[in-house]
Amino acid sequence: METLLDALRQALRLLTSLDPRLLEIVGLSLRVSLGALALSTLIGLPVGAALGLARRLPARGLLLAALHTGMGLPPVVVGLFVYLLLSRSGPLAGLDWLFTPAAMVAAQVIIALPLVTGLTMAAVGSLDPDLRLQLRALGATTWQTALTLVVEARLGVLAAVAAAFGSIISEVGAVLLVGGNIEGKTRVLTTAIVLETRKGEFALALALGVVLLLLAFLANGLLLRFAGLLGREERG
Amino acid sequence: MVATPSASNPLYILEGVRKAYGGRTVLDVEHLEVRCGEVLAVVGPSGSGKSTLLRLLNFLEPPSGGRILFEGQPISLPVPLATLRRVTMVFQRPQLLNRSVEANVAYGLKLRGRPRDGRVQQVLARVGLASLAGAPARSLSGGEAQRVALARALVLEPQALLLDEPTANLDPYNVGLIEDLIRAQNAEQGTTIVLVTHNVFQARRLAHRCALLLEGRLIEVAPTEAFFEESADPRTAAFVRGEMVY
Repeated sequence: METLLDALRQALRLLTSLDPRLLEIVGLSLRVSLGALALSTLIGLPVGAALGLARRLPARGLLLAALHTGMGLPPVVVGLFVYLLLSRSGPLAGLDWLFTPAAMVAAQVIIALPLVTGLTMAAVGSLDPDLRLQLRALGATTWQTALTLVVEARLGVLAAVAAAFGSIISEVGAVLLVGGNIEGKTRVLTTAIVLETRKGEFALALALGVVLLLLAFLANGLLLRFAGLLGREERG
Repeated sequence: MVATPSASNPLYILEGVRKAYGGRTVLDVEHLEVRCGEVLAVVGPSGSGKSTLLRLLNFLEPPSGGRILFEGQPISLPVPLATLRRVTMVFQRPQLLNRSVEANVAYGLKLRGRPRDGRVQQVLARVGLASLAGAPARSLSGGEAQRVALARALVLEPQALLLDEPTANLDPYNVGLIEDLIRAQNAEQGTTIVLVTHNVFQARRLAHRCALLLEGRLIEVAPTEAFFEESADPRTAAFVRGEMVY
């Protein structure tokens, strides 16, 4: 209990003092995870929407099984895979990304992409099939129909993005393996928590955990606000 | 019953049109004409192919066989956007977007890049929902939602309006309102209307001509009075008397 109270006090102190080391760690965590999220959304949202809208899919069962497996990929396995690709003897060694934020972004994209794709597909695919016909009957082109359906499924699509962000901002296995937790270079909130715990600095580790939770809360709040704005714009 | 319009040029001609899903034929119409400016009611029991017929008339699905002529021109899918936009349809379930009532009614105009010019408000006033323009469409009652769906179609001033059971499950007040709107649209704008309904009384109240579909086949097409009073086919006579013929 004392440790918990200490942690909360320390978290408050860290936040109010704007500790430069903390800010650096938070900054890198956000850069890596938001970068990975942006890439995953850029690819996963249109692909997921197209899959959700497709009336017939070749090898649909296989594709769904692959997507669902991807949604449950263990981050540490992803980290190992990316590590082997980027290591000196790996096929992508020439990129020289190992133990850099770029490698961390790559690993997190692999974790987030199936989530954004699969959940977007589910959100768009769960709309009433007659709605698509109704939009077409109102004179919508194929693109206008697709765009309207994605906007109609916006809450599900934003939930997909939020789930992907929550998954990558809080994962430790992949970023630890491919980033190496190098201070000032690849240390992010989750790897810092692991390090402080190993050192016995439980209060600091918990304080960092509180910061992580706050970040996740703020990000989800912003996404919900965005959903609200999107709804208002469409209503106008 | 209403008088048959003088203009009798066919807007649609269906020749040997057949539609099958997974090898099962659900519609098989040897010949059907929909005339410009008429209200044609298509009656028949559930599963007789009425909704499929409307989807073909709205160019939403291609026929499995035969051909459809629109203004004398054979149609092949996908149709040019300009042709698609001359026809619209109201589904049995209103299929409103998760937006305001006004945004729903303006949707088709927005697609066409056409200004609203107060037309949305005018149409909402016609359907008696002007005061609900800003309300979320999902908060409406069944009757109000169907009136919004009708307004969304009417604002486009279509050449042909296809209505799929537009008053199913509605209370008599809303049924009356929607029937008045259909009648006015046809009389004032000359819009060709194909009304699918299982309600023979509604068909009699609104249509110039009626058609009976049974198991995908067109049994009889006749002016409304003759359809009800002097049916050529005993199945038509049985259907309009409310006897089970299916």
